[in-house]
Amino acid sequence: MSRVSTRVLLVTGLLLALLLAGVVSFYASASPDGLNRVAEDKGFSSTQTKHASDDSPFAGYGTSGVSDGRLSKGVAGVVGCVVVLALAGGLTFLVRRRGARDESQTVSHGGS
Amino acid sequence: MHVPDGFLDAPTSIATGAVAVVAIGVALRGARHELDDKTAPLAGLVATFVFATQMLNFPVGAGTSGHLLGGALAAVLVGPFTGLLCMSVVFLVQCLLFADGGITALGTNIDLMGLVTVAVGFLVFRVLQAVLPKRLSFVAPAAAFSALVSVPTAALCFVGLYAVGGQADIPLGALATAMVGWHVLIGIGEAAITGLAVASIVAVRPDLVHGARPVLARRTLEVRQPKGATA
Repeated sequence: MSRVSTRVLLVTGLLLALLLAGVVSFYASASPDGLNRVAEDKGFSSTQTKHASDDSPFAGYGTSGVSDGRLSKGVAGVVGCVVVLALAGGLTFLVRRRGARDESQTVSHGGS
Repeated sequence: MHVPDGFLDAPTSIATGAVAVVAIGVALRGARHELDDKTAPLAGLVATFVFATQMLNFPVGAGTSGHLLGGALAAVLVGPFTGLLCMSVVFLVQCLLFADGGITALGTNIDLMGLVTVAVGFLVFRVLQAVLPKRLSFVAPAAAFSALVSVPTAALCFVGLYAVGGQADIPLGALATAMVGWHVLIGIGEAAITGLAVASIVAVRPDLVHGARPVLARRTLEVRQPKGATA
């Protein structure tokens, strides 16, 4: 079985995520999403209140102080990826079962 | 489908927050059995990928867009309990750092876009897996279909919450029709992205895919038999 190593898979996946959030996101549709569209059509979008995080430097997926739209969104996307990776990676690392999986001793010849 | 502050009243938001806390508590316990040294790093990647892909709104026509929710994807790749943890981290970061999805609505968003899509996605996936042939090539299509079902289901659950605690008086039938209509279209995009992502990982490392393990276990037994016979 030709297998990609876990490390290669993870690095490739991470680079893809950074590319999507950091570059491709600029080209995403700016139209309202399904819920916002329905809220506008049905007339309850006005009940939306101010967001407590509106002062965040990355509010609305932009970077405050960066005027270039492409860079502003790209930086915000990359920062988001790093924060999510750190939190989710750290959490799942803490929660995991320690040590090798039971069967990994018997299938060690499978390698990865 | 990020619900902002103000759409739902305080009691409803408190209730959805309580549900989210309980669900995350259960997920923390359950995830222990899904995560080991090999799969824990993949879970971090899945959360990051879901965050990145949620930034990519795709047009679904008539000036409306949608993005991947990712619950079904996460559940199939890393298991439902770990999947919910991944999704919750994404919504927390989006809410606090990007002002996307209200702070009082964080529980609502974890429930709708996390709990519902993970649970529905995984349930439909398991049912399909039981019915379909036990082959690796069926894992991605089954994941894609469960992703398709998960999105309008989450939309319908929003209507349910709105019926209980909506801040405006909106005819519920019309609200349900509109929500489900748009989110079936968004669900098609969800299915495409989920199918593609699951197929890619199944192609290179099926052993890392939680939803592929039952299929893989059968196959591994067949492969090992001749090796054991020589001893």
